[in-house]
Amino acid sequence: MRWAIADGWTITRRDLAHWANQPGQIVAGLLFPVMIVLMFGYLFGGGMTVPGGGDYREFLMPGMFALTMVFGLETTYAAVSADAARGVTDRFRSLPMASSAVVTGRAAADLLNSALALAVLVGCGLAVGWRAEAGPGRAALALGLVLLLRFALLWLGIWLGLVVGKPEALVAVQILVWPVGFLSSALVSPATMPGWLGAIAEWNPLSATAAAARELFGNPGWGGDSWAAQHAITLAVAWPLVIVAVFFPLSIRAFRRLGG
Amino acid sequence: MSYGTLYGMIRVTGLAKRFGATPALDSLDLHVPEGQVHGLLGPNGAGKTTLVRILTTLLRPGAGQARVAGFDVVRQAADVRRHIGLVGQHAAVDELLTGRQNLAMFARLSHLPPRAAAARADELLDQFGLADAGSKPAKDYSGGMRRRLDLAAGLILAPPVLFLDEPTTGLDPRARDQVWSAIRDLAGRGATILLTTQYLEEADRLADKISIIDGGRLAAAGTPAELKATIGGDRIEVVAASAADLPAVAALLGPYARIDADARRVSAPAPDRVAALTRAVRGLEEAAIAAEDIGVRRPTLDEVFLRLTERTA
Ligand SMILES: Nc1ncnc2c1ncn2[C@@H]1O[C@H](COP(=O)(O)OP(=O)(O)O)[C@@H](O)[C@H]1O
Ligand SMILES: [Mg+2]
Repeated sequence: MRWAIADGWTITRRDLAHWANQPGQIVAGLLFPVMIVLMFGYLFGGGMTVPGGGDYREFLMPGMFALTMVFGLETTYAAVSADAARGVTDRFRSLPMASSAVVTGRAAADLLNSALALAVLVGCGLAVGWRAEAGPGRAALALGLVLLLRFALLWLGIWLGLVVGKPEALVAVQILVWPVGFLSSALVSPATMPGWLGAIAEWNPLSATAAAARELFGNPGWGGDSWAAQHAITLAVAWPLVIVAVFFPLSIRAFRRLGG
Repeated sequence: MSYGTLYGMIRVTGLAKRFGATPALDSLDLHVPEGQVHGLLGPNGAGKTTLVRILTTLLRPGAGQARVAGFDVVRQAADVRRHIGLVGQHAAVDELLTGRQNLAMFARLSHLPPRAAAARADELLDQFGLADAGSKPAKDYSGGMRRRLDLAAGLILAPPVLFLDEPTTGLDPRARDQVWSAIRDLAGRGATILLTTQYLEEADRLADKISIIDGGRLAAAGTPAELKATIGGDRIEVVAASAADLPAVAALLGPYARIDADARRVSAPAPDRVAALTRAVRGLEEAAIAAEDIGVRRPTLDEVFLRLTERTA
């Protein structure tokens, strides 16, 4: 048990060393969501209306927080598949280390990475006029829900990385991630989408987290009257739990399966 | 006396593994005593990597038993891992970390305390001629440097048993020589080494004993000299000036002589080399047979390899 934690931390520190060795990479990764904020907030923002009235950038920020967590899936996939393809995972498995550390260390590193991305985005939001109107307690809860989504998607990323194991398939993961990102209430109101697309967008786990965060931050929502829209916080807890319940065991199984 | 000297550091009995319908290993037996460099020679797809992965606890065997340093690879996997070093077929180093960071990380994961891990990393960098490159990210290393870093990473705990899976495949001759000398150095320190290779030359130069596998089965085993002997050993060859003399020459060379009429050549086993040559020369003289050429030839390991693997291919 002691080794499980110590070894996990060694693996996490390895990622921190990656950041230090490649500051350009990490800065680019952090700036990408900021760029989307600026693009949607200023470039397209003029054409966006929030159904209940209210400022589009206030609506946008919680959506961007959640969307950035979904993009994190690509980071996880890239790291896990690269290790598998290069034989680094095998080397870890041949060492007398706690084998759980390979997965837990990765999880902690990715959560740290996402927490940093979130901090940068919060700063960016404050700079463009977004505020957490409902007080620090509820704001912390909102950020917690956002990170919970990231935590859940970690296991999807790890599972995909282990079973696919091909770094070059990252493009396919992106093709999977982007529609999920845009077919949601993260950037626009589902009310503006054609009926069935709007329904999918409403039930999207990303929408649930975005809507819950808007509610907790006291930001304008898109004000749908479906069950999903009315129970955003419940869904923002339930969806990640479901994802963890499915993909955590699958990840562990995939890791064990590496041993044929 | 240690376990290794008594029972061998690697003991494989009836090992089998299949992937779907493909049998990658088929009732394989292998015994490597302590301190031996054992060459596992086989063409691509022979099952070399599969065997190494099973012995290093990365893959479960389908059937049979395997013990490394006295520990069962399935039931005592953790003990096995404490006694082995693995250098896999692809250089398994973290490209984004420096050489030093790579070694220190693997040392920490081998449960050396922080200070000892750092010291071990420096020591290994020195030993493998990477001290100057220690602070450069591994992605900027040449193929040979990366391979040496990989080799160093497999040696953190100075493991008594070392698995090297095609350690020189894809390297240029200079880098290959560096890896070879590193392996000789390790062998000199008494490590037991299982070295897989597709190159006969590599096995011939480095290994004390060679097992040739093909299609997951053992095709032959022995010292390089023994293997050369298995396809008949040394042969004496006489090229007669006239085809009419061939039967007489064959009679001279003994009951196992083979006639190749097109080449006007007679050949026969000559385990006693010089004596056989002397006998033949004298015999030819006495019978007044003119020979165009006469000599004793030792088969190359290539011939052994080709002969053994074309049979099953
Ligand atoms: N993970 C795997 N899944 C399916 N087939 C495999 C797998 N690994 C190896 N094989 C097959 O097993 C056989 C032996 O492969 P391998 O041990 O890699 O040979 P070598 O290392 O000697 O080239 C080959 O036919 C190969 O295609
Ligand atoms: Mg191989």
